[in-house]
Parts: sequence; structure tokens; C-alpha cells
Amino acid sequence: MDANPGLPAAIAAAATSSFTDFVARTTPDLLPFGRTLPAGDMPATPHGTTIVAATFAGGVLMAGDRRATMGSTIASRRIEKVFAADRFSVLGVAGTAGVAIDIVKLFQVELEHYEKIEDTLLSLDGKANRLGAMIRANLPMALQGLAVVPLFAGYDDAEGTGRLFSYDVTGGRYEELEHHSVGSGSMFARGALKKLWTPGMTEPQALAVATESLIDAADDDSATGGPDLVRQLWPVVYSVTADGARRVDDDELAVVVQAILDRRTAERREA
Amino acid sequence: MTQQFYVSPEQVMKDRADFARKGIARGKSVVVVTCEDGIALVAENLSRSLHKIGEIYDKIGFAAVGKYNEFESLRQAGVRYADVRGYSYDRDDVTARGLASVYAQSLGAVFTAEQKPFEVELAVAEVGATQAGDHIYRLTFDGSIADEHGFLAMGGQADAVQARLLEHWRPGAPLAVALSWAVVALDAPRQAGGLAGALAPEMLEVAVLERDTPARRGTHRAFRRLADDEVAALLATGAGTDTAVGQGGE
Repeated sequence: MDANPGLPAAIAAAATSSFTDFVARTTPDLLPFGRTLPAGDMPATPHGTTIVAATFAGGVLMAGDRRATMGSTIASRRIEKVFAADRFSVLGVAGTAGVAIDIVKLFQVELEHYEKIEDTLLSLDGKANRLGAMIRANLPMALQGLAVVPLFAGYDDAEGTGRLFSYDVTGGRYEELEHHSVGSGSMFARGALKKLWTPGMTEPQALAVATESLIDAADDDSATGGPDLVRQLWPVVYSVTADGARRVDDDELAVVVQAILDRRTAERREA
Repeated sequence: MTQQFYVSPEQVMKDRADFARKGIARGKSVVVVTCEDGIALVAENLSRSLHKIGEIYDKIGFAAVGKYNEFESLRQAGVRYADVRGYSYDRDDVTARGLASVYAQSLGAVFTAEQKPFEVELAVAEVGATQAGDHIYRLTFDGSIADEHGFLAMGGQADAVQARLLEHWRPGAPLAVALSWAVVALDAPRQAGGLAGALAPEMLEVAVLERDTPARRGTHRAFRRLADDEVAALLATGAGTDTAVGQGGE
């Protein structure tokens, strides 16, 4: 059906299950990447910081702090950097916040679009590869200083476990075991994770470990925000199990954070 | 030189319409019914994978009868239209009305300009905050668009199905009852044709656009397919709750 004026011919004719491919062909301006930037200095833009992820028995959990920085200024105290990608996967993003959030939005539509067109979910590896392709497409922007580095996690139905993928700016995809962290505070968070994480943890244990590693990252990295007791701001945490992805609600997080802070206050130690 | 026979435009349109109608009448029927819990989309369909009912967007569902390849390409085009629109504006800016008018233009253009019209009839349904806010649009092969109130039947012997729905349908019914109306209605042509036995859940394709899913299930996607056992359970409750269903079957 080539003459199809109601639906633009491209929409009717396109036989792809990929939303990104379709948009790239028809309205490339909508994509967050794929544009050549003119020469010049990039002004300061908000940057998102630390994301941690940890597997547990039967799933995986991802947490992100709430701070975005612009140089030495705090650009946002409430930014959310961890998102549900679809029913069985989540992703967190560190790097240039504006581009990162657009890539997340595109990735969410990409997965939902595939599911609607094909009437089946992409495999977890398939999702991880699509995300890698998007990060690779963003490489020209990364070279201009607008880098985005995601962390991707999901429940693998075939294996019955949670799995974890990290990326570099070239779109390289690396499967991580046990736990991982990205962003400016990741060094400190990873150190904490190495000592706190144990195999076969339950979901509540993993939640406490991820939260505590973010507190450690905020302790040493100025760009990572700790829990804000005054404003009642907690990290954004998503947990994925066979039942799907769920956002851990604030009441639950308040209890976890308070327990960690109480213990540390009682111990009166340096860290 | 060969002489072209003159055929009046009226005759051309009539021939095309008859052709499309014949194609559509060969298929089985599909029913869309609004109820208290949302909108039920029910099709008589033996296939588990070649669907007549599909998800378009958050609150928008699609149902079709006729030629599979034609309505499937229209469904996919609808998904692309909705996803691009929702991505470039906002998820709330994708409406069934917008989609239905785009479908109407496509069907109308193909009907007048192409060799052969689409042998399909479509329904686009959007679940609202309340039953009064639900929308069902019927789109026919020539690009006509109709805003249906409460329910819709289309496909082979749609008149018999629609008539049976008209007897039963009233606002405010729970999903189980609405589903049993739909099945009774789909059964009407079979009974008239002397086919024994009611439609079993395995012979049905059922999906529902659930009302208020962000609050109820924590997802923006209202569309959900119902498995056979879930359909069977709902039909069992529905038939027991609504006495009118039993009487209507005579």
C-alpha cells in the first residue's frame, strides 16, 4: 500500500520493530543523539552521579542518589536517575542529565514498541544490546562532553536470576556479576559493596546494602547526595524479580536509612 | 484502438463496497463492550498467535475483522503513529479520536484510489476515567467513522450480534457480566445456524482495557490479555450474577 495519505507513507510502509530505527528514518530530529554539534565550549550542564546495583537471590536491585551537579553547584536535589525500562528490567544513568533522561525515555518506548509490534518481550540480552547501540550512537556527543553511562539490570526469565550490565561510552556492553556501580561516587560505592555484599542475600538485605553503599559514596564524593532527613528525600530504588519491577516506596526506604544512620551514630566511628 | 466501457462512478463505488463487504462478512465476529471495570474486547478466534485484538497505546486498544494481513499492517501503523506522537509530545496527548481519524483517512484514500479496498473493519477503543468517558470508534472499509455508544459488534453477521448486545447492554455492569453478554452475543449467529454448544474460552480471544491502571496496578498500560482460565472463571461468575443473560439466550 504505497499510496496511503492518511498515515504518512513511511509509517505504513516501515517494516521494523525498532522504534529508534523508525524515528531515525522518518524524524531523526526527535532522537536525543545523532547530531553534530558546532565547535565551541559546552556551558555547564547538570550531571547525574552515582548508581549502584546488586543482585540477590531471585532478582536484582538498583539504587541511585538524588543529586545532580553543575560544576560545584548542586543543580537538583530531587533528580531521579533510576527508571523502570519495562516490566522486567530497570536502568540507571550517570552523566549529562538532559541527554541521559532522553535516552531513558527512548529506551522505554523502544522496548514497549517492540513488545506491541511483535507481541512478545525482547530477551534480556536483546534489551541490553539495544541500550548499547543507543549509547554508541551518542558517542559523537560524548566526545563533546555530553557523555551518558548507563547501568542496566533485569530479571532473566530463562535463567531465573537477576543480571547486570555495565557500559562504556562507546556502547561496549559488559555483564557484571554480583554487583556494580557507575558515576562519580562509584569508586567509594564499589568499595562498600565489596565489603557488604554477600552471596544469596535476600531482597531486604540487598536493599540495606545498596543504600549503605550510597551513603558511603555521598560521604566521600561531593557530587553524590546522601539521604536528606530534612526534606525526607531517599534514594530511588527499583527491585526486579520474577514478579516484575517495582519501585521501593519511601516509607520502606525511610526505615532502612534510619536504621543505618542510627547504627552509625551509636558506633561513633569515622566511617 | 480498443473502446473503454463507460462505468458510472456510482457503479464503481458500489462494486468496491460490495467486494469489501463480502470479504468482511466471511469472517467471525468481534465485540467491544464497555463496563464498570473498563472495556472488554472479545473475538471469536481459534488462533493463539494471529490476534484480532491488540494494544495500541496506554489506554487505547484495537480490534479488527477481515483480512489478517491488511488489518495487521494497519495495527502496526497505528502503534507507530501513537508511539511517535507520545514520544514527541506527551503520553496524554495520544487519543483514540486522533488515531481513528488517521485510520479513516487511510481507509478512505485506499477505497477511492487503489485497485482494491481494504477488506477490513476496525474498532478503536479508549478507556476513560469513568464509563461515560469511554470511547469506541467504528471504522469501515470506505473510511466512514462512527462514534459508538457503549458497545459495538462487527464482522460476519454483525447485525445479529449487535441486536443481541442491544438487548443486554446497560451501563455499570462489572467485567464478568459484560463478558458474558459479549459471549452470548457472539453465540447468536451460531445458534441461528444450528451449531450446538456455546463458545468455549479456548475459542475466544479476550482482552480488557482496565480503568485507572496507574492506581490499581502501577502501570500506565491499560491493555491486558486474559488467559483461558481467567475467561472461564469470569464467565462462570458473570452468568451467575446476571439473570438477563440466561433469558436472552432463547
